[in-house]
Amino acid sequence: MMKQTRAAAPGDTRRLHLPQPHGDAPAPAEAAPAPEAAPEEAPGAEAPRPLIEMHGIHKSYYIGKPNELEILHGIDLTVWPGEFVAIVGESGSGKSTLMNIIGVLDKPTAGEYTLDGVDIHRAADNELAAIRNRKIGFVFQTYNLIGRQSALKNVELPMLYAGVPAAERTRRAKDWLGRVGMAERIRHQPNELSGGQKQRVAIARAMVNEPALILADEPTGALDSETSRIVMDLFHEMHEKYHKTIVLITHNPALADECQRVLTLRDGRIVGERKGSGRRAAL
Amino acid sequence: MALVSVRSNKMRSLLTMLGIIIGIAAVIAIVTVGNSMTGTVTDSMSGMGVSNITLSLSQKSSEDTSGTAQGVTLRRFMDSTPGADDLITDEMLDEFTAAFPNEVSRIDLSQEVGSGTIEKYGDPETTITATVSGSNAAALQAMEDDTPILAGRWLDDEKDAGRQVAVVSEKFVEQAIGGSNLEAVGKSFTLNINGFLYTFYINGVYEYTENVYASMFGITDDDQIQTNIYIPLDVAKTIAGADAGYQSVTIVAANGVDVTNFVDTVGSFFASYYTYNDTWTASASSISSLVESMTEMLNTMSLGISAIAAISLLVGGIGVMNIMMVSVTERTREIGTRKALGAPGSAIRMQFITESVILCLIGGIIGVALGIGLGAALSSVVGMAARPSIGSILVAVGFSMAIGVFFGYYPANKAARLNPIDALRYE
Repeated sequence: MMKQTRAAAPGDTRRLHLPQPHGDAPAPAEAAPAPEAAPEEAPGAEAPRPLIEMHGIHKSYYIGKPNELEILHGIDLTVWPGEFVAIVGESGSGKSTLMNIIGVLDKPTAGEYTLDGVDIHRAADNELAAIRNRKIGFVFQTYNLIGRQSALKNVELPMLYAGVPAAERTRRAKDWLGRVGMAERIRHQPNELSGGQKQRVAIARAMVNEPALILADEPTGALDSETSRIVMDLFHEMHEKYHKTIVLITHNPALADECQRVLTLRDGRIVGERKGSGRRAAL
Repeated sequence: MALVSVRSNKMRSLLTMLGIIIGIAAVIAIVTVGNSMTGTVTDSMSGMGVSNITLSLSQKSSEDTSGTAQGVTLRRFMDSTPGADDLITDEMLDEFTAAFPNEVSRIDLSQEVGSGTIEKYGDPETTITATVSGSNAAALQAMEDDTPILAGRWLDDEKDAGRQVAVVSEKFVEQAIGGSNLEAVGKSFTLNINGFLYTFYINGVYEYTENVYASMFGITDDDQIQTNIYIPLDVAKTIAGADAGYQSVTIVAANGVDVTNFVDTVGSFFASYYTYNDTWTASASSISSLVESMTEMLNTMSLGISAIAAISLLVGGIGVMNIMMVSVTERTREIGTRKALGAPGSAIRMQFITESVILCLIGGIIGVALGIGLGAALSSVVGMAARPSIGSILVAVGFSMAIGVFFGYYPANKAARLNPIDALRYE
């Protein structure tokens, strides 16, 4: 399975990755590597490291004592820095469970998972929280903005948990709200925003800590097609302009086709992998 | 952040705070009233002299005379006044003064005579009443601070012994003698005491101060003035037909003497004279011991009300806990989101404890304000100045915060330990 995963799109990922060897420093300013700016690169010995590396991931749930329900039956998955990957599957295929494991909200029952060089098995709860905080930006179908708090406060939240000073928090939150086109509505509370606006705030919130990975779970699931297009374009922008690694979980094939690589999940196994067309659908 | 959620559920927050508000208000009110009461009592009593020890005769209780004949017990009930043999004598006092020369400042002796009447000056139809009592020089000297002499002089133990002289108030001069204070000195007046007429020469005139209690009960009518006439002790004894002894004397301790301890010494010294007396004994008490017992009583009362307040605070705290549990359940998704965004359990715990503390703190502050208001109202009803205690306010505010931490911890911990996936998926 792993071999297949690697073999399917090696050129694609490598080509995408090569101009930017610092997979974990994807800020645009550092994208163009000056020779003297990367001394550790000089020997040329360090091979590019996958951002997500999963081997034989199993996940079971215990429902009563004798019954064990296995949701994931051995997933192998490698995602390289800068990739835009879609995971598609019917409901019940194990998408959500896989997403929880990728997002380190949950630990696998068996298997190895290394995220950006960190072995998830060895991490304690607080370390997992720190990983979610610094390395992952979540975008949910239901937006999950904190009610009764302004868009600005919502975007500041991940930085609050990262211990960023207040002035810096506000500056960066305003900056990112501006980049997603929400500069005019930073004082609005979630209940004063439309679905698309809420999702844009959520994307700003996911980006604000400069995470290595954006994990989006059905981000357009609750939006109409026009708004979905805006949100998807925003993801493309995050990918192209800021070189973010994005894992998009969806059941919409047209949406998945926009990504570079599409993985199909069925009954807890990855059953198919193909290149995306990259063509943006008229949703 | 925590304020937002308190504000967004105003009614619920207020109802939750109610227990805390009532508890804190009750404590603050009772402390304020108690403070005012002790303050007022202590003020008025220290004016009376904290170094005064009152030595008086009292009947022995049955424990003291256990084993004595039944007849003795009977006699005790029949004789409610001490006989001539039972009184505190001058000899006892002399021996006492000799035994404690450094501790005793002076001994005030007085003999009540009763009230005397006299015709009002310029108006023979009306009579005015004055209280007559005999005093030794020491007792009169003690009054000098409050009631200075205006003309003439106070009585002297040696010179005035057996003389028909009196020291009267300026009010008495105005009402019964007429003319100025200076002119009054040396004049004579005749007093009707229990149907007998006695003539006294005015030896001195002292400043009249309105009796606190008379003014309190509205007796400021000139006809009913409360005025005292002081005459020599032996003269008073003769008029009263009293024996050569006293039922009660006031011993004034010297400066620097621990009155509370000295009272016991005085009591046992005089009690030793009464070891073989079947019915009577001498006992000593002081103002400070009175203040002590008063304070003790107030403390007991405060304790009782504090217990009720503690129950109210406990119930209030449980209410806070309950509402925090509801809040945690309501905001399960929010907690899940925060965890997904990287909030460690400690941050979630802190968030909910802060919220609970703020809830209790607001309740505590409202309670303090209410308590001060209530205490002031109660104090003013009794006619005393309200004295809220800063210490108790700080303790109350601190305590309400402690309640917030204590009762907020469990729900906060519950929130902190929520599984992020379950919390995110919670409907």
